[in-house]
This record gives sequence, structure tokens and C-alpha cells, in this order.
Amino acid sequence: MSGCGGPFPQSTLLPRSDFARATDVLFTDIFWWAAGVFLVVETLLVVTLIRFRHREGRAAPKPTHGHTLLEIAWTLAPAAILVFVAVPTVRTIFATSGEAPADALKVDVIGHQWWWELRYPDLALVTANELHVPLGRAVQLSITSADVIHAFWAPPLGGKRDAIPGHVNQIAFRADRVGDYGGQCAEFCGASHANMRLRVVVDSDSGFGRWATVQLEGPAAPAPGTIAERGKAVYARSACIGCHTIQGVSPGVIGPNLTHVGSRTTIASGLFPNDSAHLASWIADAPALKPGALMMRMKPPLSDADIAAIVAYLESLK
Amino acid sequence: MSDARGLASWLTTTDHKRIGLLYFWTALAFFLIGGIEALFIRAQLAQPNGRLVSAETYNQLFTMHGTTMIFLALMPLGASFFNYMVPLQIGARDVAFPRLNAFSYWVFLFGGLFLNASWFVGPLFHAGILNVAPNGGWFGYANLTERQYSPGPNIDFWVLGLQILGISSLAAGFNFIVTILNMRAPGMKMMRLPVFTWMTLVTQFLIITAFPVITVGLAFLIFDRFFGTHFYVREAGATPILWQHLFWLFGHPEVYILILPAMGVVSDVLPTFSRKPLFGYPVVVYSGVLIGLMSWGVWSHHMFAVGLGPIADSVFAATTMLIAVPTGVKIFNWIATLWGGDIRGTTALHFAVGFIAMFIIGGLSGVTHASPPTDLQQTDSYYVVAHIHYVFFGGTIFGLFAGIYYWWPKMTGRLLDETLGKTHFWLQFIGMNLAFFPMHLIGLLGMPRRVYTYAPELGVGSLNLVSTLGAFLIALSILIFLVNLWRTRTRGRPAPNDPWGGATLEWSIPSPPPVYNFSVIPTITSRLPRWTTERHGPMRDPPATPPEPIHVPGGSWWPLIAAFGLPVLALAPLTHTLWVAFAGAALLLLGVYRWAFEPFEV
Repeated sequence: MSGCGGPFPQSTLLPRSDFARATDVLFTDIFWWAAGVFLVVETLLVVTLIRFRHREGRAAPKPTHGHTLLEIAWTLAPAAILVFVAVPTVRTIFATSGEAPADALKVDVIGHQWWWELRYPDLALVTANELHVPLGRAVQLSITSADVIHAFWAPPLGGKRDAIPGHVNQIAFRADRVGDYGGQCAEFCGASHANMRLRVVVDSDSGFGRWATVQLEGPAAPAPGTIAERGKAVYARSACIGCHTIQGVSPGVIGPNLTHVGSRTTIASGLFPNDSAHLASWIADAPALKPGALMMRMKPPLSDADIAAIVAYLESLK
Repeated sequence: MSDARGLASWLTTTDHKRIGLLYFWTALAFFLIGGIEALFIRAQLAQPNGRLVSAETYNQLFTMHGTTMIFLALMPLGASFFNYMVPLQIGARDVAFPRLNAFSYWVFLFGGLFLNASWFVGPLFHAGILNVAPNGGWFGYANLTERQYSPGPNIDFWVLGLQILGISSLAAGFNFIVTILNMRAPGMKMMRLPVFTWMTLVTQFLIITAFPVITVGLAFLIFDRFFGTHFYVREAGATPILWQHLFWLFGHPEVYILILPAMGVVSDVLPTFSRKPLFGYPVVVYSGVLIGLMSWGVWSHHMFAVGLGPIADSVFAATTMLIAVPTGVKIFNWIATLWGGDIRGTTALHFAVGFIAMFIIGGLSGVTHASPPTDLQQTDSYYVVAHIHYVFFGGTIFGLFAGIYYWWPKMTGRLLDETLGKTHFWLQFIGMNLAFFPMHLIGLLGMPRRVYTYAPELGVGSLNLVSTLGAFLIALSILIFLVNLWRTRTRGRPAPNDPWGGATLEWSIPSPPPVYNFSVIPTITSRLPRWTTERHGPMRDPPATPPEPIHVPGGSWWPLIAAFGLPVLALAPLTHTLWVAFAGAALLLLGVYRWAFEPFEV
């Protein structure tokens, strides 16, 4: 997951949004109750074992059969503790149920085997695998799937929700620290489930605006006579166009939108850094890098020169 | 046990004790297979970007690890004790339906072999070896498991194999309910039953009610896969969520099917080795029954991430948290049983106490994901892997080992070595905590479960390495256990009728018991028949030789033949060959028909 900052980019213990913080506060709360119960009960167990261990000459134990008051006490005690867990739980359930203010930035998250399609309907912007959100502004994700069940999970921003075909789940959050975080599919979804990763970039408001502006522009046209221009021609006559969109060049919808693929820092759903070497081997034989990847080996295979040209073209699509 | 020797005497046996041993050895073999799968998993994850196995192989390994451990190791290990011990504990000569009992075992064996054959038969499906084993997870979520997304025979093996195994569990379930309700010795009232037998009864009711649900779920999936129906197909207007409801409606009771027998073992072992009656017997029994009932109302806590809405989430959070109450009550009663006792630190007691100590951790982490908001950060992460292993390994497996060390002398007439036993216990105890405790943190740091690889940037490499070391330590402890088992054949100390000073009926007869169990069926006057209580002296053990001859029915081939019909039937859809279906059905019908008309007296 190249490009992610910080030592634990995917940690639930370093919350970076109101949603993640609400969850974290609740978890800390329950954790201390659990730790307390753990200490009391395990201590009781160990003390009992030591105190009543077998010793020569110990008198036969008194055959006690039970004690009604004790039974009532240790039925009520856990029940009472659970009230202290249940009340904040229900409060947090409703506080984090995915409702966002009307002015929230809306993002449609669509899981595919094994990558993420990201659409910003209000901005008419489509990208993949790298979710950009502005700092401090409410964001509402509408999560669904194009094939099997996935689960969207970017831990620093909050809990996961399943991406279910034919069903839309919502998450709402307000990111509160600029940064570069990790995320990952959390529902087993087939061969490359482990490789269905995600990058989440929380940008300052102006940074997000700049990013969106760039993404909304048409694709860069390669300068005449460059290798990138040749790459565009190779791309346009190869199988690539069946699955990928590059605005004005190809209309495919099966794979990720490549209109600004050069601006992304990773390829293959957060698996590899977006550099010439990885792009080239990816284009040559994607399933070798990502088991099960639906982007098949080209038949007949592209020549190394053609691949290099496509790489140059894709890298020019900033 | 029957003195008859030779292979045929085992293939035709209807003696519950022999069937118990068959269950034991078969389940132990599957336990080792499931364990080896776990070692591959841990070796792969020892460091980031592991390359020991491929993604496809890994997905088969974790699917088969879960499926094997749950259906082929833990459930049948429990069944081995149901078989061997329940008739002894209630003062019966056998189970109610001995041939049905044999049928259950053979169906289990064939189902297990059918599932595991998938590792090797790839070439029959134009694939390599290690290519067609089930790969959709032990939970087999539709629509991933639909033909469209899983075209190979992998999931076919899984759905058909589980369907076969369900028949075994259902047949055994009815058998043990009838046995426990109807075959009790005079005076063995329900509230005098040993707690292990009580928990067996609750477990069987869960089995006969929960397995039909998965049977329906699997039947839908089988129809979708083989006949093009659309039970879980979104494009046809259905929803794959239906599978999740059916699966977890079965799956959560299944958790208690796995843990209640172990709780029963612990409830029998603790009194014996603290020389005190179980504290709060009726409360322990009722809380077991209550746990069984409540297990039906919590299934959606496996589905908090599905998005069922805040009301459903709140309700299922509340019911799930409530289940902690009867569970806590049991734990307090166990500790109170030890309190004031004369605790003898046998290996069996070590494991029973280990059960309590570890199950507490699994229970408490369970409360953290009973809360939907925190569950959204934990579900499908390694945190949940930690939780289930504290419940199933720290709980069920420790409880079952307590049972093995406790009852092995009764089952074989030889005592297991206590020094090796305690070495086994401590290595397994340390190993499991090394293996599973770091997983809590691994999950909280963001590693999902069911991934064959993870990025070094996650920062969980060293924690995973510790976990892998722990797994291999567990493997070492199991090796020591196997050595211990093997040694008893020749060097184990012969066991008297009652090596431990037990209170219950099984200790009143020889080890191993004669084929008829009780030379005279005892009359029970107390919950602890072999102990002195306020009102009763100890019972008189049955005489060594029966005062009058006891007729014991002979064996039968027909349960085996009928059971063999089932995997043959399952081969038909797997190979798309119609005549195989007729062959399987013919075997099944022939077996059942001849069984029905077999003269009872041979």
C-alpha cells in the first residue's frame, strides 16, 4: 500500500473522523468494563485455585450445593454492567446511522472484484481506488456492489459497511485530520480479496478543490510525435478500450476509469506504486500480479515497445 | 466393550462405546488435518507478502480449516463423548436406536471423506491437485458461492458435503434426545442427570432445530448451482442477504452446539476434582437451557455490517448482550464449586480451569462486538479471529481435552500419563495465548481476516510472527498429546473402575465397561449417586458379573450400506451423471429396507 503515511495507516485506534471517534470512545468505554471484569473474575479464579489446592490431611470439603442470594447477586451484577454498555451503544448506533446533512459531499462507492469504483455524483466525477475527501466537511458514502458482496472499510474514518449488490448502505463522517490513510475490502469476495485495497486521502478544502478541478478536466492530449501519442494509438486499437474509460477515447465500464490514471499514486487497487515498471508488468500480465484479476493477459501479447508506449500514455494522463 | 475382534466387528458394530471410539479417532484425525491447514495459514502470514502458498490455495486452506474444525473435529469429538458417556451416565445399556447411531457415524465419516477428497481429485475435473477444494469460506456467502462467481466444483463439494454431514447430525440428535428422555435408569430424574448429559440434551435440541435451517439454505444454493434457480440471485429479484439470515440462524445456535458440551464436561470435572458437588446445579442447568433458547435470538449480530438499520441493530445488540448473563452465571458457579474444595490438580482439572480462564476472554471480547458500532470496526477483522479462537480453542477444545483426560481411562482402561498431560496443557495454554492474543491487536490495527497476504505498511508483521510461533507451539503440544495417547496402549497404568473418585454412574462399572455396561441396572436415589450426601450414602456399584445372562443384540451391515448411498448420491450432481444418482439411491434404499426388516435378534 505504497503512498500511505504514518506507521499504522489502517488502525482503528487512531480515529480521524467523528464517526471513527464515536466508535473509538464507545470501544474504550466497553474495553475498560471488560478489563475490570476480566481482572476480578480471573483473580477470583486464581485465588480460589491457590487457596483451596489439595494438601495432605485437609478435611473433606463441606458439600455445599448452592446459595440463592449469591446466584441472584451474580445474575444481577453482569446485567447491571451490561446496562452501562447497552445505553451508550444504542446512542452511538443512532448517532452513526449514516445520516448526513444535506450539503454533505456525496460519494458512490461501488465494489467490484477486486477494485473500488468511486463516483462523485454532484461533481460528475468518476475515479477509482483512491478516495479523496475534504477536511471538515460532511461526507456521505453510498456503498453498493456490482458483483459479489464486499465491505468498504477505511478504519481511520470509521466502521465498515457491506457493499451488497442491489442494496445501498450509507456511511457519513467528517474527517478531522489531513492525511493519507489505508482501507481495504473486509468481506471475503473471492480470489483476490486480500488485494482489494483502497487509499483514502483527506485533503484541505483547497487541496480537494484543486484535485477535483484536475479530475474534471478532459484527459491530457499527448504532444505530437511523443511516445505517449503512439501509446494512445496502441491503446485505442487494443482490447483495453473494451473495459476502460478514458474520456473521449474509450467508453468501457468494466474496469477502472483511466481518464486521470496518471494522477493516482497506486495501481491495481492500492497494490503497487504507480510507476512505469509496475504499469508495464501489470499491462503485460495482470493475473500474475493479482490472482484472479479479470484483466486478462493480452492475446496476442502486446510487444514490449507497445506496452512501453501505453505506459507512457497512461502516465501522461495526470 | 464387545470382545469381538476383526475389522467386520467394527464395521457392523452398534455398541455405543465402539461407535464413541470410532467418532473419537475419526474426529482426532480430522482435527490433525484441520490443524495442519492452520499451520500452513500461519506460516503464510508469518510475514507480510508471504509466498508459501498461492491466493487460491490459501482460500481453500482457510475454508477447509474452518469447515473441518467445526463440522469434522469439534462436533464429532463432542459426539464421541455423547456416544460413550451418555448411556453410562444415565444407567442405560445402549442408546435408544443403536443402528441409527452406527448410521450417524458412517454418514459423518463419508461426509468428511467426501469433503476432503476435494483436495486430491482435481485431475478428475481437469484441474490440478489442491485446486478444487472448497474456497468460499466456512460461511459460504452467496452470491459469491453462486455458479456465476464460483464456477468450479469447489463449492459443489462444500454444499454437498455439508448436506451429507447434516444428515448425520440430525439422526444423532433425535437418537440422543430419545435416549436421554427415555432410557434413564429408575430414579434418574431429569434434575439428577449429570450436567454433561443435560448439556448434551440441550445441544441435541439445538441440532435438530438448527440443522434444518442450514439444510434449507444449502438446498436453495444447490438448486441455484445445479438447476439454475435464483434463490440468492439479485438480477432475478432475490437477495443474497437471504443466505446470511439462513446461515446465521443456523450458525449462531451452532456456536452453542460447539460450546455447550464443553461446558457440560467442565461441570462434571470440577466437582470430581474439588470433591464438592457442583455449586448451584439447577442454576447451571437452567442457564444452559436458557443459553440454548437465547441462541435463537441473536443471529443478526453476525450481520451488523449488512446495514439492517438502527432498530434491528439495537435489538440484536440487546439480545446478544443478554446472553452474557447466563454465561456469567455459569462461570461464577464453577468458581464457587472450586471455592472451599480440596482441589486436585490433575490434567483434566488443568484443562477445565483453562477453559474457564480462556472462555472469559472470549466472552468479554464477544461483548465488545455485541455493540454494533464497535463491531463495525471489528467484524471481518483479525479481532474476530481472536474472539472465535478464544471461544472455540480456549473454550471448546480445552473443555474437550478436559473430557479426554477425564474419561480416557473409562474408555480404554488405561490412564493417560499426568506429567505428559500437564506438559501438554502448559504448552497448549502458552501457545494459544501467543497465537491468538496478538490477533486482537492485529485486527484493531486494520488487518481483515481471510486475506492470504498483507502489506508491510500495516505494521502488523511482528505481531503476526508471534502468532505463528504460538501456532507451532500448539502443534508441539498436540504432538505430546499424541505421544501420550500412543503410550497408553502399552505403558498406560491400568485404570480401576473409578480412578478419580467420581460421583456419577460411569465410574461404578469396569474400565472399559463390559458390552452390556451395567450388570444390574442401578436404581438412583441422588444427584451424586456414588458420593455420601446429607441424606444418602454412596450407592452400591453393580456386581462384577451379571447375576443373570444379558442378551446384547448383534451388529448390522445395513447402517453402513445405507450411509454409503449418500456420498454416491452426492457424486451424481458433482459429476453430472444421472445413473450415479440411481446407484446411490438404490444403495440407500436397500440399506434402509434391509435394516428395517432385519431380525432384531441375531
